[in-house]
Amino acid sequence: MTPPPSDPAAPPVTGAALAARIRAGELTAVAATQRALAQLDALNPALNCFIDTFPDQSLARAATIDKARADGAPLGPLAGVPIALKDNMCLSWGRTTCASKMLADYRSPYTLTAGQRLIDAGAIIVGKANMDEFAMGSSGESSFFGPTRNPLDHSRVPGGSSSGSAAAVAADIVPVALGSDTGGSIRQPAGLSGVVGMKPTYGRVSRYGLVAYASSLDQIGPLARTVEDCALILETICGVDPADGTTADLPAPSLLATLNDPIDRPVIGVPKQAHDPHNHPGVVNALGDAIDAFVRMGARIVEVDLAHVAHGIAAYYLVASAEASSNLARFDGVRYGHRATLQPGDELLDLYCKSRAEGFGPEVQRRIMLGTYALSSGYADAYYNTALKVRRLIRRDYDSAFAPNDRMGTPACDAILMPSSPSPAFKLGEKTSDPLAMYLEDVYTVTVNLAGLPAITLPGTPTTVDGVSLPVGMQLIGRAFDEPRLLRIARMLELAGGNRP
Amino acid sequence: MPADADPSLPGPLTDATVRKVASLARLAIADDHVALYQHQLSDVLKYIERLRTLDLEGVEPLTHAGDTLNRMRDDEVGPMLTNADAIALAPESTGPFIKVPKVIGDGGGA
Repeated sequence: MTPPPSDPAAPPVTGAALAARIRAGELTAVAATQRALAQLDALNPALNCFIDTFPDQSLARAATIDKARADGAPLGPLAGVPIALKDNMCLSWGRTTCASKMLADYRSPYTLTAGQRLIDAGAIIVGKANMDEFAMGSSGESSFFGPTRNPLDHSRVPGGSSSGSAAAVAADIVPVALGSDTGGSIRQPAGLSGVVGMKPTYGRVSRYGLVAYASSLDQIGPLARTVEDCALILETICGVDPADGTTADLPAPSLLATLNDPIDRPVIGVPKQAHDPHNHPGVVNALGDAIDAFVRMGARIVEVDLAHVAHGIAAYYLVASAEASSNLARFDGVRYGHRATLQPGDELLDLYCKSRAEGFGPEVQRRIMLGTYALSSGYADAYYNTALKVRRLIRRDYDSAFAPNDRMGTPACDAILMPSSPSPAFKLGEKTSDPLAMYLEDVYTVTVNLAGLPAITLPGTPTTVDGVSLPVGMQLIGRAFDEPRLLRIARMLELAGGNRP
Repeated sequence: MPADADPSLPGPLTDATVRKVASLARLAIADDHVALYQHQLSDVLKYIERLRTLDLEGVEPLTHAGDTLNRMRDDEVGPMLTNADAIALAPESTGPFIKVPKVIGDGGGA
């Protein structure tokens, strides 16, 4: 069997199209995998979007898919589609590092549920994507393995924390990747890198095998070049999992079947707070264009008041850091991970404290300390419990927007539209010395995690900065567990916009 | 200011507070990093002060976005991590045990 030669100059092919061609026998899984590996070899030295790659296993697995097809066996919906997984996802082969020195040599004994579902559907996992250490960051720069660069401008960040997943898709190394989103870590890098990224409803996708950052917020989701590919991946990975008690016991929704059915005169809520004068002009322009596109489609645009968006970052960093300080307590140098070399006289406590100080990078240590402080005796009420009350108010803001407003005479929103971040991709190093400036990057994404809602970012009108066209992400937020409607609306905007950078 | 907030909180984040928090967090931070963490964490805490402008009287804390509280299931034995697989991950081990510095006095052994 001779695979057709791969053509690196060919336009990007989506995961759905690739799977269809492989099913039809127009392309082999081996050829599709070879192309991804060739792209990876050519581009990764400059982009640094992968921490580990599996060329031999990938090709061997692709060959089994080609053989299955030749034998007439049924193929899964993702048969032969190359995919990258963020490196906070456990596989029973290779390393799972979380981009941390703490886990630089960690080899997981098991595979995450979402990854196993992709494998069962025929996807080929070609490698583990770079990320901010323990998913803490908004630029990819906190990785122990060095920053990932934005494929559209190597002097800029791809966003984070799913930096490698976004860059690998944007650079056409793989058509689809998995990321995780605790406060925007799928949607913000998707926006800065010009791809589509989706955070499902909290409870929609199993986190079994995802290294925990903030357990009441974390959710796994897809990054891809099209809304259709996001639907394809989400349909594959979602659904209840006995190994994760937080997964919702609901039937897995059919997402692809209805994707191309437009919603008649959808009601699109635009928060007052999305019109922030501090937003980059390119973001202001893209938001205006997205609103215009919906108006042309017959949508009704209503203003909604997410009054507590301005308090989202403060509440988020308290809640997320508090949960992180607890979740990351398990990394103590005893059972796995980095262990410090001890000096004579050192005791068990020294082993904990030295291993953690050596193994965690500065941002992780900052968040652990912030969380420890926020939970400590005498401060928990002033910080942690206050943040949880604000979280309730944020949830109420969204609940109001998704219900009819009798006083204003406005109907319930089908989706809420706002940018995914206040500015396009920034320069490497621009925000690394000022943690708070980096945190403010997440102003439009964190409230969605606090409320547990599904949201998707897709490319809006690009903007030109220093002579380079940069993508601008537009975010649509949906009702809890109504991913089918959210994806249909996202598909409408995608068709109307056509904003591939 | 909400009724339940203690107006004396938070105090300024002192050098000693940073050291205390690091110790609670089991982080052996270097002396020359204390000032930097103090500065950066103070910035973040100052920003967080904006939460105190909200009236939170009577608002119930929201700990979790999901509706699921407890999910009951049968207690059945499933595939488990074997001792050998677990020990293989440990930085130091001896036989089927993970090795750590002595936690009991001389002669106690670990």
